[in-house]
Amino acid sequence: MPAVGLGHYLAVAAILFTLGTVGIFLNRKNVIVILMSVELMLLAVNLNLIAFAAHLGDLTGQIFTMFVLTVAAAEAAIGLAIIVVYFRNRRSIEVDDVRMMRG
Amino acid sequence: MIVTLAFYAFAAVLIAAAAMVVLARNPVHAVLFLILAFFNAAALFLLAGAEFLAMILVIVYVGAVAVLFLFVVMMLDVNFTELREGFVRYLPIGAVVGIVLAAELLFIASVWSLSAEAPRLLAEPTPPGLDNTTALGRVLYTDYFYLFQASGVILLIAMIGAIVLTLRDRPGVKRQDVGAQTARRPQETLAMVKMRPGSGMIVIPKPETVRGTEREPLSEPTGHGGH
Repeated sequence: MPAVGLGHYLAVAAILFTLGTVGIFLNRKNVIVILMSVELMLLAVNLNLIAFAAHLGDLTGQIFTMFVLTVAAAEAAIGLAIIVVYFRNRRSIEVDDVRMMRG
Repeated sequence: MIVTLAFYAFAAVLIAAAAMVVLARNPVHAVLFLILAFFNAAALFLLAGAEFLAMILVIVYVGAVAVLFLFVVMMLDVNFTELREGFVRYLPIGAVVGIVLAAELLFIASVWSLSAEAPRLLAEPTPPGLDNTTALGRVLYTDYFYLFQASGVILLIAMIGAIVLTLRDRPGVKRQDVGAQTARRPQETLAMVKMRPGSGMIVIPKPETVRGTEREPLSEPTGHGGH
């Protein structure tokens, strides 16, 4: 049981998740910032999992956080690779151009 | 008391850094603020008693993922002022979505309560007297072993995928081609020349056989013995 209450952690995580969502909408053109916003949202989820794990005295939340971190790292690597390939082909990373993708 | 103060300090910096990630004009600054956010989140993990995951967050996220972001931002020569153009246009819809989402989370927070059954349903109760890393390891390598292996497979697939996506054959780059090397026949590359004793020989190679990666068979020595 942590010294700080569960509600405080949940509030921080909720604000973080909202900021990540708003970031996706504000930076509609910049894929890199969108990926960073997704990372922020995953961080908020991890914070929730850890807070509940600490509150309930259960290790499963921490285990699950570890798997979320693994998948998030893989997602970031693949996403950045796609961005690099896309930039090589089109000389820009504007998301609006993606709809012109063709064979 | 000191823990509560530390929590509020780290939480405030975390939220400020996250806001700056979203709002920063320069993507390099955004990545640096992301690193700051990760550090403060690791501090919050520490305060919640998850030391191992805090260190994982610092090592994997700050050390690898954020640096990868920084590397890509600096490598791509993008005109970032162009990418900022829609910022003001998307501000209203972003604000609406943010307010709606925050309100929904607030509703959940106001009516939410822990079930009375919850303490009975713990899957892996934290063992007393063990440090966090040992307890995690004991659970991870026994009950969650197959999931652990599966996450390793996910990382392997991500690595192969990233390499396959970004590998390319640039023209003009010389690379070893083992197949072409072993497929060479002696009669294509060797020419037997009868020499008279005391005479010299000049072989002028064709220009395309030097430049091209495909090696053409030498038909015959172009220059014969001098005298």
